[in-house]
Amino acid sequence: MSRLKLFLPLGILGLLLALFYVGLKLDPSAMPSVLVGKPVPDFRLSLVRDEQAYVNQDYFKDKVSLLNIWATWCYACRIEHPYFNKLADEGIHIVGVNYKDEREAAQKWLRDLHDPYVFSLYDQSGRLGLDLGVTGAPETYLVDKQGIIRYRHIGVVDTNVWESTLGPQYQALLTE
Amino acid sequence: MHPVRKQRLIVVLFIVILSSVAIGLLLYAIRDNINLFYPPAAFTSGEVPYDVRLRGGGCVEPGSVVRNPDSLEVRFVLVDKLGSLKVQYEGILPDLFAEGEAAVVNGIWKEDQVFYADQVLAKHDENYMPPEVAEAMSESGEEHEATCQGGNYGS
Amino acid sequence: MVPELGHLALLLALVLSAALFVLPLLGAWRGNLPLMLAGRSLASGVFLLVLLAFACLWWAFVKDDFTVAYVANHSNSLMPVYYKISAIWGGHEGSLLLWILMLSGWTFAVVLFSRSLPVDMQARVLSVLGFVAVGFLSFILFTSNPFDRILPIAPQDGADLNPLLQDIGLILHPPVLYMGYVGFSVVFAFAIAALLTGRLDAAWSRWSRPWAIMAWAFLTVGIAIGSWWAYYELGWGGWWFWDPVENASFLPWLVGTALIHSLAVTEKRGLFKSWTILLAIFTFSLSLLGTFLVRSGVLTSVHAFANDPARGLFILLFLAVVVGLSLTLYAFRAPVVNHAQRFNLSSREALLLSNNILLVIIMVTVLLGTLFPLIADALKLGKYSVGPPFFNIVFIPFMALICLLVALAPTSRWKQTQGKIYRRALSLPFVASVLAAAIVPYLAGGYSWQIVVATFIAGWVAFATLGDCLGKMRHRDGWRRGLRQLSLSYYGMIIAHVGIAVMVIGVCYSSHYSDERMLRMNVGQTVEVAGLDFTLQELREVEGSNYRGDEAVILMHRGERELRTLLPQKRQYFASGQIMTEVAISPGLTRDIYIAMGEEIAADSWSMRIHYNAFVRWIWLGALMMAGGGVLAVIDKRYRKRRKQPTEVADVKA
Repeated sequence: MSRLKLFLPLGILGLLLALFYVGLKLDPSAMPSVLVGKPVPDFRLSLVRDEQAYVNQDYFKDKVSLLNIWATWCYACRIEHPYFNKLADEGIHIVGVNYKDEREAAQKWLRDLHDPYVFSLYDQSGRLGLDLGVTGAPETYLVDKQGIIRYRHIGVVDTNVWESTLGPQYQALLTE
Repeated sequence: MHPVRKQRLIVVLFIVILSSVAIGLLLYAIRDNINLFYPPAAFTSGEVPYDVRLRGGGCVEPGSVVRNPDSLEVRFVLVDKLGSLKVQYEGILPDLFAEGEAAVVNGIWKEDQVFYADQVLAKHDENYMPPEVAEAMSESGEEHEATCQGGNYGS
Repeated sequence: MVPELGHLALLLALVLSAALFVLPLLGAWRGNLPLMLAGRSLASGVFLLVLLAFACLWWAFVKDDFTVAYVANHSNSLMPVYYKISAIWGGHEGSLLLWILMLSGWTFAVVLFSRSLPVDMQARVLSVLGFVAVGFLSFILFTSNPFDRILPIAPQDGADLNPLLQDIGLILHPPVLYMGYVGFSVVFAFAIAALLTGRLDAAWSRWSRPWAIMAWAFLTVGIAIGSWWAYYELGWGGWWFWDPVENASFLPWLVGTALIHSLAVTEKRGLFKSWTILLAIFTFSLSLLGTFLVRSGVLTSVHAFANDPARGLFILLFLAVVVGLSLTLYAFRAPVVNHAQRFNLSSREALLLSNNILLVIIMVTVLLGTLFPLIADALKLGKYSVGPPFFNIVFIPFMALICLLVALAPTSRWKQTQGKIYRRALSLPFVASVLAAAIVPYLAGGYSWQIVVATFIAGWVAFATLGDCLGKMRHRDGWRRGLRQLSLSYYGMIIAHVGIAVMVIGVCYSSHYSDERMLRMNVGQTVEVAGLDFTLQELREVEGSNYRGDEAVILMHRGERELRTLLPQKRQYFASGQIMTEVAISPGLTRDIYIAMGEEIAADSWSMRIHYNAFVRWIWLGALMMAGGGVLAVIDKRYRKRRKQPTEVADVKA
């Protein structure tokens, strides 16, 4: 009998381990997974400049693109905008996603501040943003020739960001 | 009784008595000091009990923070995909509290559909920050206006 | 190149650790002397290699090598160099490397200080430590490699260390804390070795005791530093929150305290042997549990890690193997035979046993409270969180009980203490404590039953302990001789126990006499808190090397008499955009004045926190005294003499 009670701690350990194993599986506060490595989610959206014209995810095949999430309510987007104008002048291929915004306001914005985008998708409901895992604006995604998202940058894109991470990766993808 | 047995009996009795006291205290403590967590969706759907201390949490809706000019009172709204929760708090908000970021509030939900919080914790709680947790702090870019879309606000 | 060298060093260390685990154990089993002795050189080798790896990471940080992912994520070229160094352990991978450095360091210390140990014992101890090292090194190499490179493009600059960590707290807290956590691996190894050989005698406890006490002292200081750091860094004025992460470090401390006391009984009287072994296993297991729980995401705290399920599973497996094997070994090999050694209820053995029982009950309570959210979640009962009052309701009464018994400690005798001995020694302290409980609260600022009880308890512990010391000093010709006659370990006990009294005062007085206010202040306005006046003279902007902020110039005065100017700040760091509160503190022995800026309400108006924290420094002072007492006990002559010592009773008989 005495020997048996020495097994008690082991028994308690077993219970605890089982608890921890279940706890690991529960994992309620896991961070949302970024879509890096996955294809651009399916979508069918009209363009900001033309509500009759529609584009879907197939557009991204065979070209390398920057996908920039922006909105007129986003102050930081205004700060980064001139830099995107500069990039566009250099021939960088940028697609905009006008996120949870008003078409009129967006069109005016692009008129006033110039339009660096090949086109901007009008994601008024935010559905595409949700599918992309967007947590706010501005955010910029890098999409490769297979339409796969390769990188996400959260925040303003400026010289520093472009020259250290986005730019080199963009160039690398062009040669893939 | 054999002296050794007697001694062992005393020891066992001691342990049993103290453990019972401990358990009694714990059961007494449990009533008010374990707080259930409800997301905003639960508040909107009406399943949250009134006048009980509990926790709520969600994303601080951008534009909803209103500060009283005369006191330290502040009101804001916590949202998730399915609901919203009006919060009223008197005091200093933590540094990490920001619109578009997650917050957890501890307090009482009253019939006037307002949550009276006496404690507000921002997403990465500054109550205690061991060095290991530094890794969990996300380094957002220079400027990034969060919306309430991303993130999971569990507990 | 250098990071790759570090990586290679870790790989080699893993190989050597595996050898360290297998070979000496084999040697001990087979009686093969060379194999057993090999443990010593293998352990030294592991230490040198891990040190080399650590040095490589150090180099990468100091040289701003941002091609290394870990460096890029936790450092920045603008940071002062001392923060770059402490950033080494500012994140998961690096702090694990620190852990393994400490482990190999303690293992090396065992090699250095155990020449008087029988060779087969030494071999087994080193082998167990080698096993633990294998686990950690594997964990690092397979899931958390700090030397991973970002290729092909390295960022121009790092993401910066979280501003909250750019502080002396990060420089001190983790290393000291880990020295404590990891230090318990040694007494754990001794316990396993004892189970393996079946030799559990007083000699065993004499060898293990200094290792246990040293680790305990480090852990005490480590926790104290963490508490102090949270106090001045976070801007909330609190020093303990019963947070899962804090509890994770407190659990091994509780059991560690029980362990060092239980070892005393095993050493002096040969009792409680299997209980002591169990405690040694528990303490280290709780260390492992604690170090890992905060990284696996199992403890759902608002600051849960961005966790990786693969890591969590690895940790769990490692935990299961180490603790499971130890407890299995214990169940099969622990001595069951109970010697008919009796001791009276009045004896020192009984006191120490009560100490152990009470500490374990407290530990179980804290463990339950910490795990309750997880249990509730697993059983689908809902997402609960456990508030501080839950822990305090059990902790405080039981701690009070322990303190009441602590006062009897120095007077107590082994086997039996006659009532009149207690009466003679404790009557005066009792009276003094009652007097103190009646008078001191009046001087401190007011009565409440909690303060009266707390003062009595603290006085009871302090007076009884010091009284015993004074009494023993007087028994020689002249008190100077008396002083030298008493051993260091006796003084260690005295200081540590008085430290408890100091801490009790600190904890209770700070919670009752403090005044914490949150209020608005406009420039030019004066507020009064706890009898002192605070005038906000000016609000100005400040700039540092990597931040920009607002500073409040607050004059603390009493009427016309100016006392001090305090300069709290609210900073925003450039690299991360993060906002941080820089608290202004006027420290003092009997009170801290603590001011933190809240938010800007209007152009010349800020919300502020002004605290009068009474006696808060006594808390950490008490902890330092406890640790200091432990260190004194370890350097006592009896542990330094090489030859075998006859076991002697520590207290000087009247």
